[in-house]
Formats: sequence, C-alpha cells, structure tokens
Amino acid sequence: MIGFPILSLITFLPILGMFIILALPKEQPKNVKYLTLAITAIQVVLAIILLANYNYSAAGIYDEKSFQFIEKFRWINITGISWLGTVKIDYFMGVDGLSTPMVLLTALISFIATLSSWTIEKSVKGYFALFLLLDAGMMGVFVALDFFLFYIFWELMLLPMYFLIGIWGGPRKEYAAIKFFIYTLFGSVFILLVMIGLYFSATELMQDGARVHTFNMLALMNPANYSPDGILSALNPNNLRLIAYIALFAGFAIKIPMFPFHTWLPDAHVEAPTPISVILAGVLLKMGTYGILRISYPMFPDITRQLMWYIALFGMINIIYGALVALAQKDFKKLIAYSSVSHMGYVLLGMASLTTVGINGAIFQMFNHGTITAMLFLIVGVIYDRTHTRGLNDFGGLATQMPVYTGFVTVAFFAAIGLPSMSGFVSEALVFLGAFGVELIRVLTMISTLGILLGAGYMLWTLQRIFFGPLNEKWASLKDLDGREYAMFIPLTIIIIFLGVYPSGMLNIMNTSVNSLVSFVTTTIHSTSLGGL
Amino acid sequence: MANTNLYHSLSLITPEIFLSVALVVLVLADLVLHKDKKLIPYIALLGIIGTGYLTISQFGMSGFAFQNSASMFSSYGMITVDSFGIFFKSIVLISSLLIILFSFQSEEIQKINDRIGEYYALIFGMILGMFFMISATDLILIYLSMELMSLSSYVLAGFTKLRDRNSEASLKYLLYGAVSSGLMLFGISLVYGLTGTTNLYIINSLIQGPQINLFTLAFACILIFAGIGYKISSAPFHFWTPDVYEGAPITITAFLSVASKAAGFALLIRFIKTTFVSYVDPNGWWHLINVFDWKTLIIAVSILTMTLGNFSALWQNNMKRMLAYSSIAHAGYLLLGLVVFSNQGLIAILIYFSVYLLMNLGAFLVVMLIANRIGSEDIDDYNGLGITSPFLSVSLAIFLISLTGLPPTAGFIGKLYLFIALVDAKMIAVAVIALLNTVVSLYYYIRVLKHLYLVKPVKEPVAITTSFSNTVLVSVLMLPVIFFGIYFEPLVNFAKSCLLILGL
Repeated sequence: MIGFPILSLITFLPILGMFIILALPKEQPKNVKYLTLAITAIQVVLAIILLANYNYSAAGIYDEKSFQFIEKFRWINITGISWLGTVKIDYFMGVDGLSTPMVLLTALISFIATLSSWTIEKSVKGYFALFLLLDAGMMGVFVALDFFLFYIFWELMLLPMYFLIGIWGGPRKEYAAIKFFIYTLFGSVFILLVMIGLYFSATELMQDGARVHTFNMLALMNPANYSPDGILSALNPNNLRLIAYIALFAGFAIKIPMFPFHTWLPDAHVEAPTPISVILAGVLLKMGTYGILRISYPMFPDITRQLMWYIALFGMINIIYGALVALAQKDFKKLIAYSSVSHMGYVLLGMASLTTVGINGAIFQMFNHGTITAMLFLIVGVIYDRTHTRGLNDFGGLATQMPVYTGFVTVAFFAAIGLPSMSGFVSEALVFLGAFGVELIRVLTMISTLGILLGAGYMLWTLQRIFFGPLNEKWASLKDLDGREYAMFIPLTIIIIFLGVYPSGMLNIMNTSVNSLVSFVTTTIHSTSLGGL
Repeated sequence: MANTNLYHSLSLITPEIFLSVALVVLVLADLVLHKDKKLIPYIALLGIIGTGYLTISQFGMSGFAFQNSASMFSSYGMITVDSFGIFFKSIVLISSLLIILFSFQSEEIQKINDRIGEYYALIFGMILGMFFMISATDLILIYLSMELMSLSSYVLAGFTKLRDRNSEASLKYLLYGAVSSGLMLFGISLVYGLTGTTNLYIINSLIQGPQINLFTLAFACILIFAGIGYKISSAPFHFWTPDVYEGAPITITAFLSVASKAAGFALLIRFIKTTFVSYVDPNGWWHLINVFDWKTLIIAVSILTMTLGNFSALWQNNMKRMLAYSSIAHAGYLLLGLVVFSNQGLIAILIYFSVYLLMNLGAFLVVMLIANRIGSEDIDDYNGLGITSPFLSVSLAIFLISLTGLPPTAGFIGKLYLFIALVDAKMIAVAVIALLNTVVSLYYYIRVLKHLYLVKPVKEPVAITTSFSNTVLVSVLMLPVIFFGIYFEPLVNFAKSCLLILGL
C-alpha cells in the first residue's frame, strides 16, 4: 500500500487542472496545453505507481478486503426517524483486476489524446477545461465502488462530451452532439431507476448492528443482504429482477454501443474532432462493458445465467453487422467507427461465455480495442489534418509519399485484424476459446468467427485503397509524420506489440479477479428465483 | 376566555400582521413620497426582512389560530401554524426577497419608476394572500386568500403596459382565473351543503361517517381541485401560463413561477392532508379516507401535466415561454411527490421546491440580465453569447442543467428524492414515465446551450458585462445549486424538520 490516496488523486487531479486553466489568461494558449499535458502525464505516472504496487493475487469483485487502494469514508449521512431509516452514501473507491486495466487505459489514452489536441485553435481554454472534466469523469467511473458515486461520474461525462463534439466538431456537429447526449441520458435514466430499486431491496449491516439501505456495490452483490419484500430481491415472489436486468443492460448497452442502440456512434465519431474520437472509442465505449461486468453480472448472477445466450447473440450481431456495414463505408472515419461496433461485439461474446478464459479475453479485448482503435482514429486524424478529406477513394499510393506513416498504419491495421504477435490476436483468440467451450453458445461463436474474415476484408481493402496503387497527384507534396505524431504513435505501437508477444503482462493483472467473478456469477444462488422468467 | 383566544390567535399570525402593516406603509409612502420614490424599494425590502424574522422565530411553534369556541371541535381553528407552513412561507419570502432584488436590476421595472409604489404594494398583497393560503384550514379563508393573491397578480401581470402582449396576458389571466375561482367556489358550496361546515378538520371527521353522498363529494373535490390546479398551472388548467409568463414583466413571471406555485402546492397538500387523510401510520404512509380516489386523479393530472409541458416546450423560441412550459412540467413532477401519499413523498416535495426556487429564479435572473442588454428574450438572439459573455452563459448553463436534473447539480437531488419516493411506493410505471419525460426535457434545455455555444452568430454578439451586484446575485443562486448537488445532507435534514402538518 502506498501512503497517499492515489485513486482520489488520479481522479480529481484533472478537476484541479480545470480550475487552474479557467484562471489562466486567455492570451497564452500554449500554457493551457502544456498544463493539460503535464496533468495527464502525472496521471500516467500515477497509473504506473499504482501498477507497481498492485497485488496480483488479490481478487476484489465482491470482497472488500481484497480490493486495493481503498478509500472509504461517509459522504452523506442522514440519520433519521424510524420510518425513513438512515440514508448513507459512501465515498468509496478501490480497484481490482476489472478496473485496473481500465485505469491504465484511461490514463494512457488521455495523455495521447492531449498530444493529439495540440492542433486545436478555437477557444483553447474552454476545450482543455472540458477535456479535463471529461477525463475526471472517466477515471471516476472506473474507480467508484459506491453505485451513487459511480452514477455521478457516469453522468458527469455527458456534458463535456456534448460540448466537445458540439463546439469543436465537424459540419453536422450539433446533430451528432445532441444525439449522443439524448441516447446516453436515455440509457442512464434506466440505470438510475435500477439503482434506486436496488437501494430499496438490500440493506447493509453497519458496525453498530443496524441494517440500513445502501448504495455500496459490494453490499448489493451479497444475496444475504436482500430483504424479502424488496422489489429487486429474489426472495420476493413478485420481483422485477428480469426487467431490472434488461433495463440496466440497455443502459450500459447504449454506451458499448450494442446493436440496435449503436446509431449514435457513427454520427458522433464522424463529427467529433480527432482527440475526442480517440477518447470516445478508446475509453467511453469500455464503460458500457465495464458497467455490465462490475454491476449487472455480480448483482444479478441468476438472471445473467438465464440470459447468457441472448448476450452472446447480440455480441454476434455486433460482430457481423458492424463488419458488414464497415465494408460498405466510403468515409475512413465511419469505417473505423463501425469497426469499433464489430470489435466491441467480441467483448460481449467473451463476456457471455461466463468462463474465465472468455472474460479474460473480453477485458483484454477492451484494453486492446482501446489502444488499437485510438491509434486508428489518430491515423485518420493525421491524414485529415493534411488533406481535409476522409474519402477512401480520394487517396492512393500514399505508401511512397509517407512511408513511416504507412508503417504505423500497417501495424494498427494488422492489430485490428488480429494478426498473431499483435495484442488484438490474443484477446480475440481468448474470446473465441472461452465462448467455443460453452455448448450453449457454440453455434453463435462459430458464426462470429466470420467477423475476423470480414475484418480482414475491410481493413486490407482500405489499406490498398489509400496506400497502394498509383499515387494520386493531388497529394504529391504530403509531409510524413512530425515529432508530435511520433510521440502519439510510438507508445501505442510498443504496447500493441508488447502485449501481443507477452500477453501475461496484462492477463496476470485481471486473472485472479476474473476467476473470482466467474465463480461468483456461476455459483451464487439468489435463493428461490421465482420471479423473472 | 374569548380574549385569551384572540390574543393567542394574533400571536400566531404576527408575520401576516407585519405584512399587512408593511403593505399599508408602502401605500402611504407612495402617497407621501410622490416626488422621489427611491426609498420605496427599501421599505419593501425591510418589510420582507421583518416578516422573515417573525416567520423564522415561529419555527418549531405549532398551533391553531381563531378557534371556533362554539363548536364541539373547538380545538381546531381557521389558521394552522406548523413547520410545513413555515417551510412554504420561507420559500415565498426568499423568492419575494430575490424578486425585489431582481427589480432593482430590471430595466423593465426602472421604466415604470413613477408607479413603483403600487408595484411593491401589489407584490405585498400577493405575499399576504400566499401566507394565508399556506396556513388556511377553512374553506372560506382558502377562497379569500386565493382571491387576494389572484387579484394582485392579475394587475401585476399587465403592469408595465409597454407591450401589447402585456395587456393580453393580464386579460387572459383574469378571465381564466375568474372561471376557475368560480368553479372552486361552487365546489366549496357543495362541500358546505354536504357537511354544514367549512372547517377542514370538521369536514374530515364528518366524511368518515356513512351518510355522505359520495358522488356529490367527488364532484365537489374535482371542482376545488380545478381552482387549485389553476394556481399551480397543472394540466388541463395550464393554458394561461405560457401567455401570462411571456407577457408579464420578467420579475413577476419569476415570482409567479415560484412563489405562487409554492403557495398553490402548500394549499393543495394541506387541503388533501387535513381533509382526506384519516391517519398517518408509523412508517409515514398517509391513509386516505375512502371517499374519493385522489390517487388516480393526481397521477393522471401529473402525467398529463409533465408530458404536455415538456412536449410543448420543445417548440418554443422565446425563453420566457420555454421556461413557462418547463415550469408546467415541474409542477407535474412535484405532483408525483404528492401521489405517493407518504412522508417520504412530502420530503421529496420540500427538497424539490427548495431546489426549484434556486434554479428557476436563477434561470429567470440570467434571462432578465441578458434581456436588459440585448432587449430580447428570443432564443435565436442568444447565438454566440457563450463566447462573449462567459459568466452569464455558464450560470445559465448550470441552472438549465439543474432544471434537467443531471448530477452534480441540486436538480438531480430533487429528482432523485422524487424517484426514491416513487420506487418506495412501488409505483415503478409512473417513475418510468417521469424519467422518460426528463429525457425529453433535456432536448429543450440543451437547445439553449446550443444557441449559446454551438451556433455561429450572424452578427457579432454583444459582450454583456455584469455589474458587481449582479454577479453576487447570480452567484448566490448558482453556488448552492452546485453545493447541494454534491453535499445535500443539510438540505435533506432541513426538509425533514419541516414535515409536521397538524392533523386530527
């Protein structure tokens, strides 16, 4: 353990930075950029410190003692008259094998996105202030262990994201921004409702022996804490657990985005500025799957077991549908956006297997997709900055013109396809391995493997259209990468190849927790689950 | 005996007495100081502060004033003082104080400086009416206090006379108001005919008997609800609201949207609680006397109100009109706190009202300050203001986000407690409808932000600088909105201490 509250620091440092930025004079945009870079760099350092002190054998998931870097104190404490009970909300943070990879990813992607934001010219102060607020919200989601705190951070991201797309975005930015906002709010109101329902269904034993309603996620996972008359309690014969599960799942699925809730994603990506696309694809999409693993699975293990086939089905649809639509795209950025839909399908499929291998693969895929797609969007950004077009058919033969760039592109594309020795290969292999081992979803898994073929199809076709063939004379004077762009691509490339060669580096972090999660979800009996199906 | 009773009664209504004195002083001052009227606003301010002091010193006190000693129910009076009433009186007073401070800054009000005495006198008339509405437990007094408030507000709605809209607003308000109070009076007379009394407590004990005509009583209930529903602008009695809010001076619009709604809600809650609730069980649930299905009526009205309000607000281009529809929608949410018929729901209403006071008045204040400078409340004229006038735009953004109910603002806490009350009462379907309404409302609130920040202005937008006093005034409303969003313990504790509605 380390001597300072590292999780609070890593979460609230950006907010501190936001206030400093607001106080800085408008005339020196460079200072604002360097300050943001410094803050995200400190976040990366903190994430590395966290990893260095990380205990690989602690499970977390439902057991408070084996969570690490815990910070817990009472935030809201309303002691009440008997009929109201006590309202208590904890400021409760901690990490385990589920959240640590996501914290690392968030720190890394925020840093890279700051570098990528260097070209922002319009109201720099506002941009970086909102950027840091978004950063804090994302980090908070991954470290919060109190449902209420989680929800606050979850919603905190919406507004900065709206403005970042809406002010600094492309031609249809207003439409894309409001669509993103309304979609996600639509999802999160259901999360709110389930949160309140869970609050009334379960109680937590306090130190003084009293039982009070709670938002503590770990307490909500324990079947023994549910009271017989709670609407989301399995003991209640008229419980609404199935409906609540679906509502909660839909709330998270919108973020993933899962078919049929994915339509906001292409719009948001196409209109968002490059760094925001990077954040969106790199981190935000992971929140949906993280939320399912952190909240839906352990709080509703009975329903999860009932519905695993459907989760796998939607995973399969995401993989195939996303890949097919990607094939049809003529816009580079839209293609990458749909490839995200397809790749998040693997995460769903791995999660649905409810096996250690499959879920390890799913979380690993979340991390890898974060790094690979971030790189893909940066690639789109580089070419768009230079040519102001993203049409796949407007290019050709750029390989001779920009050889270094083409090299990085090839690495990223092959990683996205899932070529061995790249990180994407390992996670997809684990997902399929895990999912194939489960009789129930074997057919769906077999169909899903088609996605790899389609993925190779659209990626290689894109590579060919942009970089090979005769050089389009219009682009004869394009410059290759500059120093800042090297600084964005090199760390990502190193991570992608390193994790491809040595996946245990990441898998060891999550393995203990995933084991614990799988055994918890597959064995926990929520007594007589009469309600539901 | 009679004298001690009178003395006791008068000691319970000291704030109302002080208000009446302040009202008379204002009228006299207007006569005496007809050359230089600078002093009058300060007299009004003093009147509010004095009333505030007297109201706060009543905190924790409870009792009945003007008991009917001739009756067998001699312990119940025409006026009830309890912590619930004091809470709503505080809401009315705080909003009155802020409205007077707003009026200092409003250019609309500066232009009518020669009639400023009447303006404040009428506001005091409204406050007095509201105070009696909040504490009245006798149908006659309820009717009289509502009329006192309404008549003052009819005049105030058309007070500036500078715009055509203004007199239209006033006339519409008057016509609708006259109809609804006529209906209400009819309802009251039916209840009197059924029970032979106008005291709510006595009616409560009489309608528990078997010989009451349920059909007539239900008819009377609906008529009385029409009168009160008009005041809180619930559907289908809301038609006046957008026109009046748009036409009235902005200070009065803000006042109507908060204070008069607060008084209406206090009256509705007290009326139903004292007349129709037989007992409150230890878990805080109110058990209604089985004579009229208030629950179904209010659920229907509430859903209709919020849905109509939100969907109509989507198409508005005038800020005041948009906020009018938004305030209709909020009345719908507030009614949800009542339909659960529990103390948990009452807490939710009190929290929501405290928050609503801050965020709604804040939004109107910023709209007023912007209108002072650009002379328009049209949403299209806001284009680009986000860049040139950062302080006002950010404050407006915070108020609107809070009105939407997103964390980390106080509006979220208000909504959270409402939904907690609904889920606690297992009214999940209603909660879902309300939540979906919240999503709809996001669209029109966010639209304002879109115009402030996203839309490119055609001509260079003006830079609005705020004076020191304006900055303070906006901050006083804005900072609590953020603070209570993050740390709401004091707010909830305060609401919990104001739950006492004296009943049987």
